[in-house]
Formats: sequence, C-alpha cells, structure tokens
Amino acid sequence: MERTMMMNPFLISQFRTRHLTTLMSVICLLFLPLLTVAQSSSSEEGKVGLSKLALAIEEADSGATLLLEPETYAINELQINKPVTIDGQNRAVLDIGGEGYGLIVKGDHITLKNFEIRNSGFGFMDDYAAILVEDSRNILIENLTLTNNFFGIFVAKSEKVEVLNNTIISNAERQTTSGNGVHIWYSKDVEVHQNEITGHRDGMYFEFVEGSMITGNNVYSNIRYGLHFMYSDDCSYIGNEFRDNISGVAVMYTKNVIMRHNRFVQNWGANRYGLLLKEINDSVIEFNRFDTNSVGIYSEASNRVQIERNEFYNNGTAIRMMANGVDNRIVKNNFINNVFEVSTNSRSNFNHYEGNYWSQYEGYDLDRDGVGDVEHRPVRLFSLLAERQPLALIMLRSLMAGLLDTAERVFPVLTPKNLVDLKPVMEPIQ
Amino acid sequence: MRVYWQILRNEFQTLFRAKWVLGYGLIFLLLTDTLFRFSGGGTEVWVSVSNIMLLLIPIISLIYGILYIYQSRDYLELLLTQPVNRSTLFWGLYTGISAPLTVAFIIGSALPIGWHGGLASGSASQLFFVLALGSLLTFIFVGLGFVMGLYFYDDKIKGFGFSIVIWLFMAVIYDGLIMVIIFMFGDYSLETSVIFITMLNPMDIARILILMEFDISALMGYSGAVFNRFFGSNLGILVSGGMLVLWLAVPSWVGLRIFNRKDF
Repeated sequence: MERTMMMNPFLISQFRTRHLTTLMSVICLLFLPLLTVAQSSSSEEGKVGLSKLALAIEEADSGATLLLEPETYAINELQINKPVTIDGQNRAVLDIGGEGYGLIVKGDHITLKNFEIRNSGFGFMDDYAAILVEDSRNILIENLTLTNNFFGIFVAKSEKVEVLNNTIISNAERQTTSGNGVHIWYSKDVEVHQNEITGHRDGMYFEFVEGSMITGNNVYSNIRYGLHFMYSDDCSYIGNEFRDNISGVAVMYTKNVIMRHNRFVQNWGANRYGLLLKEINDSVIEFNRFDTNSVGIYSEASNRVQIERNEFYNNGTAIRMMANGVDNRIVKNNFINNVFEVSTNSRSNFNHYEGNYWSQYEGYDLDRDGVGDVEHRPVRLFSLLAERQPLALIMLRSLMAGLLDTAERVFPVLTPKNLVDLKPVMEPIQ
Repeated sequence: MRVYWQILRNEFQTLFRAKWVLGYGLIFLLLTDTLFRFSGGGTEVWVSVSNIMLLLIPIISLIYGILYIYQSRDYLELLLTQPVNRSTLFWGLYTGISAPLTVAFIIGSALPIGWHGGLASGSASQLFFVLALGSLLTFIFVGLGFVMGLYFYDDKIKGFGFSIVIWLFMAVIYDGLIMVIIFMFGDYSLETSVIFITMLNPMDIARILILMEFDISALMGYSGAVFNRFFGSNLGILVSGGMLVLWLAVPSWVGLRIFNRKDF
C-alpha cells in the first residue's frame, strides 16, 4: 500500500506525497544533532533526549518507521498513540530509570521491535510495566529485551496484539514486590510466540482473554506460576515449556482450552504442580510431557477434559484427580516411573481411564494383542494413607506398604472400586 | 595380622568352592540383567535392585551367618585349640563370611552394566549408593547372624527361629507398628519421634536413604517437611549413616564378646 523510503539513519518514513517527504527530511536533519548530544550526556540533558524521542514520535507521520540510534535513551511514560514502527536496530536501549511506566501504547497498527527496555518503576498500587498496551488494536511487539522491569508487557482492553520472540527477564524475589512477564487482561486475539520469560511473578498471565494463541514460549524459574490464566476461553497453548516455576502452571475457570505439546518440567516441592486445572471444562490436553513434578496434573472441578497421549514421567503423583470433576477422559497416556500413578479423594469415580500404559501394571497378556488381560487399578491404597497422614510416606517402598497395596488391589475396600483401566496396554505408546 | 589374613583367605576359598556364594551372586546378576533388558538401563534398574536388595540381603546374610556357625562347628573348635587369638579368629571368620557375600552382590549387580552398554548418565552415583548400602547391610546382618548363632550355640531351632523372627520384625512388623503409631497419634506433631524410631531399624534406615535418593519428588510434595529437611540435609545423611555404622559395630562387638567368653 504505502511505500517505504529511507530518509536518514534516524527516520524512515512512509509518505503519500513527495512534497511532504522533503519537508520531513529537513525536520529530521534538524533534530539529528540535538538528539546525539542529548544521548551522550548526563541525566538533565537526557530529558531533552526523551522529549526528542517523544517529539519524533509526535512529528512522525502515521505509518512512519523510527530507527533508533544505538544509544541509551531515558524514557518515562512515553506515549505512542499513532501508527508507527519503532525499530531499535538491536542496539538501542530505553531506560525507564526506576520510576513509572516505560512505553504507553494506545493506538492502532503500532510496531515495537529490536530494542531493550529496562528498569521500570515498581509499586503496590500501580502495575508499572515496561510496555503498557491499552485500548489498542493491531500491535506487534517483536524482538525486544525487557530487563529488570516490574511488569514486562501489560496488555489491557486490546485486540490483535502479537508478542513475538522477546526476552523478558527480571529478578523477582517476593510475590508481593514483583509483577508478571506477559500480562494480558480483557483482550481478544492475542498471540504470544517464542518468548523467553524468567524471574517474574507469573511468567504469563491471562485474564478475560479470548481466542488467543500461545506457542513456543520458554517460561522458567518464575516465583509463582509459569502460566496463569483465568476466564480465558478458546485459547490454545502449544509447544511451550514451563520449567521450575514455583507453583507450576495454574489454569482456572475456563472452557475450550487446547494444550498440546507443552512440557511441564521440574516443578518440585510442597504444593507444586506441573499443571493445576480448576474448573476447566471441555478442554483438550494432548501430547504434553510431565516430567519430574511433585504432581503432574492436579484437577479440581474440571469436567469433560480430554487427557490423551501425554507422557507422565518420574512424577511424585502423575494425576491427582479430585472427585468433583466428571467425564474426564484419560486415554492412551504413558505413565512411566511415577511413585503414585493416580490419586483421588473419594471412593467414587466419574472419569474414564482407558488404554493407558502404566509402568506399575502387573498383569499379563496371554492372547498377545498388546492389551493386558486384567484391569489395572492405578490408585494405590498407600497413596490414600499418605493423603490422610503425610507422615506415612516414610513407609514408602517398605514390604508393609507393598503388602497393603497388593491386598487392596486384589480386593478393593478403600480405593475407588470403579477407577480402573480395563484395557491397559503392555508397551509404552509412541 | 598374618593369621587374620590366612583365615580370611581360607574362608574365601572355602566359600567359593562351595558354590553357595556363586549362586547368591547369580541371583543379583540375573536380576540386574533382566531389569536392564526390560527397563532400558535408567534409574529404574537401580530402584528395583534396591527394592530386592532391601529384603533379600538381610535375610540371606542373617541365615548365612548363623548357618556358618552351626555348620563349621568342628572346624571352629579345631581352630580354637590352636594358638590363635580369639579376637583374631572372630574377625577373620566374620569378615571371611561377609566379604565374599558382599563381593558376590557387588559383582552380580554391576557386571551386567558391562554388556548393556554402560551406565546411563547420572546413575553412577545411584549405583554406588545402592552397592554401598547393600554391602553395609550384608556386614550388619552377618554380624547379627553370628550373634544369634553363638548365643544359641546348642539350640539350632531356637537360633534359626529367632533369626527369622528378627528379620520379620525388622522387615514388616516394625513398619506396621510405626504405621499404627502414625495413624493413632497423627494429630500430634510426630515427625521427630518417627524419625527417631525409624533410626533404630537398619532396614528402615537403608530404605529411607534409598527413598531420599530416588523418590524425592513425591516426598517433597507433601507436608512432611520436617523429615524432608532432616533426611535431605547433610546432617540427616550423617546421622543415618552413623546409625548404620552403630548397627554394624554393636552386633559384631556383642558377637566378639560372646565368642571371647564362650566355653566351647
């Protein structure tokens, strides 16, 4: 539609008429020396630089591309409210200086890319963020490095926001004094791809977000949840890795969620879960890997969730399924080397288990059709005891516990009678 | 010292000639080999080996220790007529039984690694851990067997009976009692006392050490923070290791005492 023309190292602009182009380039050339002076000097002159950047944005025509010099710009609550592209050319740094917001984006068709923003303010009343996107549409945030900010990217009441390939790092120590890496509230059609997020409170936080796509993010070592979403229907989470976040991943009060090919790894510790489902309905959890978590999936009041073809490897408890959820289907998963395969809190079971591979299965397959001839009961009596008295875990792996389990398996008295896999497969599913 | 080595060498020769020990090693060899074949050589192999080991080693060592005293009564009494220090004789016999059993266990468990393409990364320390614990258990229970054999020197039925009861008590009944305590007094803060009680049973100590090595994820998921802090810390390892050494020292010392004072 509009052609791009290179004017000078600072400004590339898109214009409709040649006339305007010439005028603009003159203006730019006038600004150029001012800007360079401002950047290379002390904080007082830094403010001049800030105003220059602000002025440059103000002066830029809609659709313009601003190329930043490889310098450190001091910014504070810099408003961007017209369709521009700000390109840091991978070298520019915007320093907020520890107070307030960084960039405040309110507009349409705005692109931010290839620079670093650091040192936002932090506060108990305001959610200071490196980038605040508010009441906006068609926003692209790409290849940014956000360092040491309270919130990284805060999106509110916006549509079609794309957050792509950013590195978001902070050094949160306490939950009360830290913010989220990517925080999205009341928005639609948000895409978050290929970001690296660490050291925040929640790596990614979505609330009232609809129809969003979250893929390929690497979220690790955050001090609360790696991913945290509530009331965010119709979202897809594909190919993300959540590692060593203090509370794993928690998703709540949502329907139609798709989670595929994610990895939930090393969420170890008291009350740590790989994936915590609370009131999640009609959702699909497929092809994920749950590795070395205290609890792989913790499901509470979740209904009609399809848990299929996942790998549960080396977890304390692979699935903790509370009895207040119904019609969940746990099929064709691999349960390998978990201490407890399934645990629950009731003698009733309203969920369906079928065709899984259980490494604790003790049955046989005489007709050699790959399906075990006797059913498998994944709930061990001992897990029930441990639940009532956590201290009883000290008896794990004792002959006593083994005898109890075997007796219970032969003749279930305390464990749910109908929580069985009638068709356990003999070999792990590829 | 020379006499000690002579006795030790003699014991080794006799035991390996008797093929008993070879069979014992073969059990572990077959076990490890099968586990390698079925589970592919990761952590699971050593978890399973440790499971078997925790039950098998105590009973075999115990029976073997007591059996030796009963079987080689003539040989023992013959040696006693020689100008040999009783302590030397005791240590020679004791280590002469325990060491071959330990060697058989270690070789049997470790040999299959050779033809199954080495260790999976990270499981070297686990292997070492399992083998070390198994060896310690062997020495402890051979010592206990000696004590029982020497104490019930003339009453074999009693000796065997008590040995089996000891094993049963340590392997099952003791744990059952702990469970009862936990569930009866669960409302009180029991962690410290339960740790103390488990520390009195060598099989429990070994089991819990293995638990900490392999199942830490499950344990950390629950609120048993006190014992997690204890067993997970260096102090815990030190104390439980110390208790095992105590379990090694006390029976052998009691055995030595009986042996020294006994009128054969």
